[in-house]
Amino acid sequence: MALTTWALRKSLWVYHVNAGACNNCDIEVLALLTPRFDIERFGMILVGSPRHADVLAVTGVCTRQIMPRLQEVYMQMPKPCVVLAIGACANAQGIFTEAYHMGAAVDETIKAVDPSAIIIYVPGCPPKPEAMIAAAVKGMEFLKTL
Amino acid sequence: MSHKTIINIGPFHPLQEEAEFFQLHVDGETVIDVDVRLSYNHRGIEKLDESKTFDQVPFVVERVCGICSASHPLAYVQAVEEIAHVDVPERSLYLRTIVNELERLHSHLLWVGLAGHFLGYNTVFMWAWKYREPVMDVLETATGSRVNYANAKIGGSRRDISDEQLREIDKVVGELHRPLDMLTNAVLDDPVLHARLKGVGILSPEAAKAYGAVGPTARGSGVPIDVRRDDPYAAYDLVDWDVVTAPGCDVFGKAVVRLLECYEAIKIIKQCIKQIRPGEIDAKVESIPPGEGIGRVEAPRGETFHYVRSDGSNRPVRHKIRAPSYVNIPTFKASCIGQQIADVAITLAAVDPCYSCTERMCRVVDADTHVQVYQFADLVRLSQQKTDRMRRS
Ligand code: SF4
Repeated sequence: MALTTWALRKSLWVYHVNAGACNNCDIEVLALLTPRFDIERFGMILVGSPRHADVLAVTGVCTRQIMPRLQEVYMQMPKPCVVLAIGACANAQGIFTEAYHMGAAVDETIKAVDPSAIIIYVPGCPPKPEAMIAAAVKGMEFLKTL
Repeated sequence: MSHKTIINIGPFHPLQEEAEFFQLHVDGETVIDVDVRLSYNHRGIEKLDESKTFDQVPFVVERVCGICSASHPLAYVQAVEEIAHVDVPERSLYLRTIVNELERLHSHLLWVGLAGHFLGYNTVFMWAWKYREPVMDVLETATGSRVNYANAKIGGSRRDISDEQLREIDKVVGELHRPLDMLTNAVLDDPVLHARLKGVGILSPEAAKAYGAVGPTARGSGVPIDVRRDDPYAAYDLVDWDVVTAPGCDVFGKAVVRLLECYEAIKIIKQCIKQIRPGEIDAKVESIPPGEGIGRVEAPRGETFHYVRSDGSNRPVRHKIRAPSYVNIPTFKASCIGQQIADVAITLAAVDPCYSCTERMCRVVDADTHVQVYQFADLVRLSQQKTDRMRRS
């Protein structure tokens, strides 16, 4: 295991990007921080800059306006890092697939700049906070196998 | 000596959940102009609706904004009910009122928490969100989901709320009184909050009217507008409640309005639960005749307006949405100018802006030649190319 991957296993710092979400996924992500769900017990915390983050939590459909910016945010993150695609929108553009202002889905957008990106999908519209915690824990387990 | 600069905020920044882009024009520490650039979140919902049947549209408009996911479908179904001249059963009117007021409670508590967070009062953030959870729980028991309720349906409601659940809702909102008292007192008595919020982000009643502000943004400036009273829908004319206004015109006023509105919401829910009678919840609408209709609902952020036109087929030919943030955001022009940079965050947040419902397509015009760089034909071309791509893949 490379030293950088070893260091990733604990205390994941999360940077949250809204790539054109309806806000529901975002308030559920915020709810993770609050006393009921309290994701900090896993050492996770939301940070204000992608340069400090290990996890990129993306919600939303990835509109055309967002696409290049999302790629830029991803490129700013130190590698290796994990992408958490939260919600039906971020997984596969959900109900908005046929709308005219869609870019590529989040995974395609990120794989266009880094084909080896690690992407975790959390289905649901919006996923319950419990599902997001489960995904984060699975992600940590996965990192241990690298 | 004056020192003018432009500060760019966004599109991704830790202040707001959503992507938006502000340019603050500052002279030293003082803001002299603001420029808001939107459309990062534009998803083309109005156009998308034209491809859905009347019954499918509520699920799309629910996702206009996740925090107003009871208000938007309700405004839409009211517009369609106006076209079809439907008489909605009384029980359904009460059910709609209950879900909408629960939504207002959770949204206002959410705002109080976020406002505390912006001011560096993370304790307020944690407390407010802690007491918001029981509301989310009853919403989940009553509608099946914490946030996307799928409650309104053309002609009535999709799901009934059982007596047992009604009792549970009654109990939970009753228990909210104490934490609300605590939060309200914390805001009203705290000298630091007074110093941070009073006289900050002044939006005069004249400016509020000139910009067409709605909801708590206008009521915090002493303008008593509220669709629930001015053009009653659902069961709002059957219960007793007051429109809350505050005189301060500042951020403090807006905070007070939101906190006091929580009490009104509890009052409304309790009366609804007391008055609701067993009965039908769906008027069973068979078809939508040609025509046009409007629906107005007081969402937590202000009036949301939906316009629907039908040509007698099973899909709307035009659906227009005007969300409250769309008219509230331009008030930044009045409230931010003359502020210190440090006060801008809370002034912007005081409107409780929600960008997902506001985003519009912009027209880009070349300043020299006056030619539209991005025209309707381009959109059609893009759309056709997409179909083509999908067909081939
Ligand atoms: S997945 Fe659902 S809840 Fe999440 S942003 Fe998309 S529409 Fe909203």
